[in-house]
This record gives sequence, C-alpha cells and structure tokens, in this order.
Amino acid sequence: MTPSYLLRRLFYGLLLMLGVVVLNFLLIRLAPGDPAVVIAGEMGGADEALLAAIRADYGLDKPVLTQLGIYIGNVLQGDLGQSFFFNQPVATLIGDRIGPTILLVLCAQVISILLGVFLGVIAARKPNGVLSGFVSVFATIGYAVPVFWTGIMLIILFASVFPIFPVEGMQSVRLRDAGFMIRALDVAHHLVLPAFTLALIYLAQYARLSRASMLEVLGSDYIRTARAKGASERSVLFKHALRNASLPILTVAGLQFGNLISGALLVETVFNWPGMGRLAFDSILRRDYPTIMGVLFFASAMVVVANLLTDLSYRLADPRLRGKS
Amino acid sequence: MTEATEFKAESPAREAWRMFRRNIPAVAGVIMLTGIVLATLWGTFFYGGNPYEIVWAPHEPPGVTPEFPLGTDYLGRDIFAGLVAGGGPTLAVGAAAAAITMVIGVSLGALAGFYGGWVDNLLMRITEFFQVLPTLLFAMVLVTLFSPTLFTIAMAIGVVSWPQTARLTRAEVMKIKELEYVTAARAIGARNRRIIWTVILPNAAPPLIVSATLTIGVAILFEAGLSFLGLGDPNTMSWGLMIGSNRAYILDAWWPVTFPGLAIFLTVFSVSLIGDGLNDAFNPKLRER
Repeated sequence: MTPSYLLRRLFYGLLLMLGVVVLNFLLIRLAPGDPAVVIAGEMGGADEALLAAIRADYGLDKPVLTQLGIYIGNVLQGDLGQSFFFNQPVATLIGDRIGPTILLVLCAQVISILLGVFLGVIAARKPNGVLSGFVSVFATIGYAVPVFWTGIMLIILFASVFPIFPVEGMQSVRLRDAGFMIRALDVAHHLVLPAFTLALIYLAQYARLSRASMLEVLGSDYIRTARAKGASERSVLFKHALRNASLPILTVAGLQFGNLISGALLVETVFNWPGMGRLAFDSILRRDYPTIMGVLFFASAMVVVANLLTDLSYRLADPRLRGKS
Repeated sequence: MTEATEFKAESPAREAWRMFRRNIPAVAGVIMLTGIVLATLWGTFFYGGNPYEIVWAPHEPPGVTPEFPLGTDYLGRDIFAGLVAGGGPTLAVGAAAAAITMVIGVSLGALAGFYGGWVDNLLMRITEFFQVLPTLLFAMVLVTLFSPTLFTIAMAIGVVSWPQTARLTRAEVMKIKELEYVTAARAIGARNRRIIWTVILPNAAPPLIVSATLTIGVAILFEAGLSFLGLGDPNTMSWGLMIGSNRAYILDAWWPVTFPGLAIFLTVFSVSLIGDGLNDAFNPKLRER
C-alpha cells in the first residue's frame, strides 16, 4: 500500500463529499417554491425578517453559481446552517446524535459479520446437511422481513413475554448519574435489541455468502494439501479456507454499509434510539431541510469512510493487491 | 432398425422453464404470489369494506367476531379490509419502482459496458456517487421535497436503487461484447445500437431477469419502510402505513401490526423464492449447491 495510493483514495473520497454538498444545494433549489421559505421550513408563517436573514446568509439574491460557492464555503467551515425547528446549528444537532448511530451501526455490523460468517463456515462443511439448509432458508427469510417489523415484533416479545431487555431509548433515567462503568453497561443493555434487529438481515446474507464462498475455496488444491499434511479440521476451515474466502465477504461488508445506515434509520425510529435516524425522521416530518441535508451529508460521509476502510482492509487481506494501485 | 434416433435441441428458455418447474420452493413462490395478487384483486372489487371506516369497537382481537376475521385496529377499523385495500398500492409501487430501477440501471450499465473509455469512466463515477448516498434517507428527502404520491414514491425508489443493476449490466455487457457472435454481427454491418439491443442485451437477459425479480422485493420493502415512517401517499392505504399508524399501541394489541407485516413478508418472500428459482434455472452450474 503506497502512500500515493492512500492520498488518491482520500482525495477521491473528498470529491464524493463535495458531490453530496452540490446535490444538497440542488435539491433545495429543485423543490417547488422559494428556497428561503423551503429552508425556513414549516414554521407556520416565517416572518419577513427571518426570510431576509436566510436570503442574506445563503446569498439567495446572487447568481446561482455564487450561491453554490457560498454554500460550499459555509460547509467547509463546518457551518451546515441553522435548524429553525430545533433552533440550534445543524452541526451541533448532528454532533449530539452521531455517536449513538455509529455505536448502533458498528455493533450490528460486527454481530452480523461474526455470527454470519461462523454460521456460513460450519454450513459449508456439509453442503447438503441440515445446517446448510437452515442457512439457506434463514437467508431467504432474513431478506424478506421488513426490519422495522422485526423490531416491533421483538418489542412485543420482550416487553410482555420476556421483560429482560429494555425496549426503548439508550439510557435509564435513574442511572444517569451513576459511574461510567454502570452507564456503559446500561447502554449495552439497551443496545441488545436494536443491534440484533439491525444485524438479523445482514447476518443471514453473510451466512449465505460465506457458505458459497467457502464451498468454492474448499474445493481448491491447497485445501487438499492442508488436509494431506494432517491439519485439523478446525485449522483447515478457519485458517486455510476462511482467509481465502474472506475477500467477497469484505467486499459485501463495505457495500452493505450504506444499506445498514438506511436500516438504522428505521430501527432507531422503532426503538427510540437517540441517533441521526430519529433526527432525520423528526426533521423530515417538520420539513426542517437544513437538518435533513446535514444528516444526508454526514450519513454519506460515514459511507465514504467505511468504503475507504474496506478498500484498505481489502489490501491487507489480499497480498496480491498490495503492490498495485 | 434404420430409424435414426432423433435429437431435439432444447431452447435455453425452455430448458430454464423445465428446471424452474421442478424447483419446489420456486413453484411455491409463484403460487403464493398469485394467491396474494388474486386476494388483493378480489378484495378491491368484491370485499368492498372501506379500510378507513370505523366499523366496530377498537382493538377487537382476531377470530372473535366473524365479520372481522383479523380484528380491528386502534380506531375500530377492519384490518382485513385494510390488508386487501393496501395490497394493490404496495404491489403497484413495488413493481413500478422495480421497472424504473431496471430502465435506469440497464441503460446506463449497457452504455458504460459497451462504449468503455471516458463514457464508462463518467457513468461509473456517477454510479459510485449514488452508491454513497444512504438509499432510504435519500428517498425520504426526495419524497418530502416532491410531495408523496404513488408516482413520486416509485420514482424516488427507482432513483436511489439503480446503481447495483447498472454495475451488473455493465459487467455482463463487457463480458458478452468480446464474444464471437458480436464480432459476427458487426461483420454483417450491424450498428452499435442494434448490437446493444438485439445482440448483447438479450444474451445478458438471464442475470438481469433474476436481478429484476429481486429488485421488486427490495422495492416493496422500501415502500413499506417509507409508508411506515408516514412518508407514503396519504390518500392510499398500504401495509407499511397500517404498521406505522398502529405502532403506538403495540403493547395493547399485537394483531394490527402483525398481519400487515406478515403480508409484506410473505409477498417479498415469494418474490425472492421465484428469483432464486430463476437463478438456479438459468445457471445449471449453480444447481449443485
């Protein structure tokens, strides 16, 4: 992995983000009506003074290209505009909520990859066995279940039948002043249901994918060699085969990240998780465009970063790629 | 014994159909989907219950009153009437969105794959850009900006979901355009447009048909998600909307959210069984797995 390659990827990621900024700008102007009114949102009668302030702030009386320049300049300075509904800068609003979303998405990603790959690997050992059949059926079911509905069903189950996990929010009110460890455990406790709900769909997909990928690898000569030299079954499966079967899994993990964020949006709404998804939902209901655009920007930034990391890990996993650019 | 044994070549489509017919899950999917479509049609024209009308006490459990087999929701509306009325819009938006996805994805993918060079470069950069945008969020923004109707919802879903189709089409076209029958078509003087439409795309059809089927499933889930969030067309009943509007009362009554969810699940499940079946039927090599 050469530094110039890394720099090029970074530059490309920044270009993509610039594209998102331009798209945000265009969307506001594509919406029917006066952009200043659109930005003010459904205030129920934004007064002239506010509209004038917005026009001055966004330079709405200037030519479109100048407006775009002003908008990009503002974003570069970390100014994503003001939410007139929450009456706070958008950057602050998102700063408060991006943590819980990242926590939820990363946990779901880790759970789904670890469990999914594990299931897939054991299923691949007996391609026609019971577990293999289960993985295939489970993957098809997982693909077809609406994620928000899974969440609701889990809430019904765990609220009335097995009340062992909290079904709402991220923290217990009574533990708010407790020590760090207790609060961390409390958050983890609240995280169980949302993270599993989100992980479930992808878990099924990773299981199916890693099963297929493993089956392909297990037919190779080097697996026969490993078996011939007397390597244990576990070592053959998890060391020799999984390493080579992991490339497609990595690719999909990177590609899935955007979908995972979309899923998180729904899961956060169902479980009242105080993240960007809830924020997006609340601001869309109020037509609070600066906030919506801010969320779109940050969510896309998360995908860009995830893609970058996938790309780098891809190179770490596959030595053949390292020298190339 | 002078009769020569006759060998009849089977057309690939016919062979695929033969394989598909033998695939029990796929046939079950076809039967289930047909059942769902027929039930929706029957409900729209014959059941006649108004899904918005308050007909009974709220939260009547299913199976208690024979007129309302699936019970009533938090307002006392007939859930069965909601299911049959919501099926049409849900299925229609899913199908329309999948069609839009395929049109955009196949056109851009075919152009990129066939012409290569700067066309490919440009189109692929655009595709990557669209893949960076979180799909549901982007669709939510589009739907709110352009007032939610069934058409704008289908458009929004199409606009955010085409990149994968474009990539698949591009890969197929790039593979096929190197084959000899394309050179042969060129040799007899066929122009590029003709080669793309009548030579390459028909040969790329099997994976594209499979992907179209799976896209319908994704689009139905997408529509359900938007309606669940309250961003669907406010003038039409849909399964997602039923779940969304009854969400606040799930701990009092499980049935108003469970049945629409099951309907969504069964529809998407049958569509994906059909998609998997088609995939197996078109790819004899995959059948072993």
